[in-house]
Amino acid sequence: MKQCKDLKIVAVEHPNQGYVLLKLTDAEPLPEIRAGQFVEIKVDNSPSTFLRRPISVNFVDEARNELWLLIQIVGEGTRHLARLQAGDSLNVLFPLGNGFTPGAAGERVLLVGGGVGIAPLLQYAKQLRQAGATPYLLLGGRSAGNLLQLDLFRQYGEVYVTTEDGSMGEQGFVTNSSLLNLSPSGESERGSFQRISCCGPKPMMQAVARWAKQHQVRCEVSLENLMACGLGACLCCVEKTVRGNVCVCKEGPVFDIEALTWS
Amino acid sequence: MADIRTTIAGLQMVNPVMTASGTFGYGIEFADLVDLSQIGGIIMKGTTLQPREGNDYPRMAETASGMLNCVGLQNKGVDYFCQHIYPQVKDIPSNMIVNVSGSSPDDYAECAARINQLDNIPAIELNISCPNVKQGGMAFGVTTEGASQVVRAVRRAYDKTLIVKLSPNVTNIADIARSVEDAGADAVSLINTLMGMAVDIERRKPRLSINTGGLSGPAVKPVAVRCVWQVAKAVQIPVIGLGGIMTAEDAIEFFMVGASAIEIGTGNFIDPAISVKVAQGISDWLDRHGCKSLQEIVGIIS
Repeated sequence: MKQCKDLKIVAVEHPNQGYVLLKLTDAEPLPEIRAGQFVEIKVDNSPSTFLRRPISVNFVDEARNELWLLIQIVGEGTRHLARLQAGDSLNVLFPLGNGFTPGAAGERVLLVGGGVGIAPLLQYAKQLRQAGATPYLLLGGRSAGNLLQLDLFRQYGEVYVTTEDGSMGEQGFVTNSSLLNLSPSGESERGSFQRISCCGPKPMMQAVARWAKQHQVRCEVSLENLMACGLGACLCCVEKTVRGNVCVCKEGPVFDIEALTWS
Repeated sequence: MADIRTTIAGLQMVNPVMTASGTFGYGIEFADLVDLSQIGGIIMKGTTLQPREGNDYPRMAETASGMLNCVGLQNKGVDYFCQHIYPQVKDIPSNMIVNVSGSSPDDYAECAARINQLDNIPAIELNISCPNVKQGGMAFGVTTEGASQVVRAVRRAYDKTLIVKLSPNVTNIADIARSVEDAGADAVSLINTLMGMAVDIERRKPRLSINTGGLSGPAVKPVAVRCVWQVAKAVQIPVIGLGGIMTAEDAIEFFMVGASAIEIGTGNFIDPAISVKVAQGISDWLDRHGCKSLQEIVGIIS
């Protein structure tokens, strides 16, 4: 059931320059939230921020009844969010969207994240692990400073890293990772992934989608089209699909690449 | 407690607050978040005779105190509405109103005729003011001849409450209002969005796929209040005011210049329960000012 309420900020962390991690809680137990779902945040006292801001769910700490949002500071609205402090409250509309495919026991799933798109994969990796699946994480960023929460990711699966400047892990894009390319001996993990879930910049997701099609691996991607309502009412955030224009906020944000019209 | 029950051209409403078309889906999307029975009327997404895919993405741009949209009437057509959506909304305890659009008077009339058959739809709102479609839409709403032609055609096909939604993108909105009144409208609602444009200067391109779109939100409220004031003086039929209403105080402005009811649109995106909060706020405001009913303030500014 969707809710729209003030959640209390219990911690504001700055895991790296340009990012803020908000940890929110509520007096009542948080509703069930699936990995890949998102929230819409109302940003108060920011004159240029009229609409709510959609933010993916980074992590749900059930024991502490906490919802984590990992936010990249890119504009006036997110700058304002970064100035919030523990004890402040934040009006949140949630949980929204469909979420990633639930995991099944024994499944080997590759999670590919780019930039702040890695955020929802932390909760997903945990959810897969709890379901008895094995997540592999391939995380890419421009530079080492863009790769956050690696220690947390390692609790749930093997982590492979690429950076465009080579400051951490292998140099290049995620699609350049040795994980997706045959080693000299001809061995690779790749054939054994049953499916891929991907979140990041659109060009990166399109590259991963091409790789998945080429290697006949099922693949889903999480889109972040500009949106207003978050509820499927305004029809602003549509993506062209094989079924016509559909709302990313309601039918997505996660889509099987076969449903999209990407070439 | 002040009496805020409202009757508009035969429509009985628990309060004068309605939700504007295109901002509240079919109501069901908001059922978790607000008590729909406490909304005076729910005007559902624009419906056309034939299905429409709408315009390409991007369809939305946030602007100062508002937003532009160019959705372009995406909907699955009136037959789909009757067969698949109506069964889901017919028992919602509010006035469930269909917003009807088209590209010719015959289209509008045929669409209205099909909705006329649905028992639990007590009214339609005729959209002769959509700025985001090439054919029809706003084209009818910007001339007195076009407006009355569409309204006459629909009036012949539709015998329940007929509300006509007016465009602010005209030289004299009072003239248009008078022409739709003469053609048989039971009420008018205004304003639809103001045509606008925004540019992404880094990409050197318009921010919307079809270049222009409709501006809504608090940015348009003063224009809307002015239009309602002009129209309320020009016609005898009830006027429903909308444009940038976010608070009860905003709504009171519209009542004072002659609106008998109001619609909330873009505000639903900021707070899904805004309509019920505004309704409560109107009642509280009237109480604080010693008014026994809403009628005491409607049209007090001439």
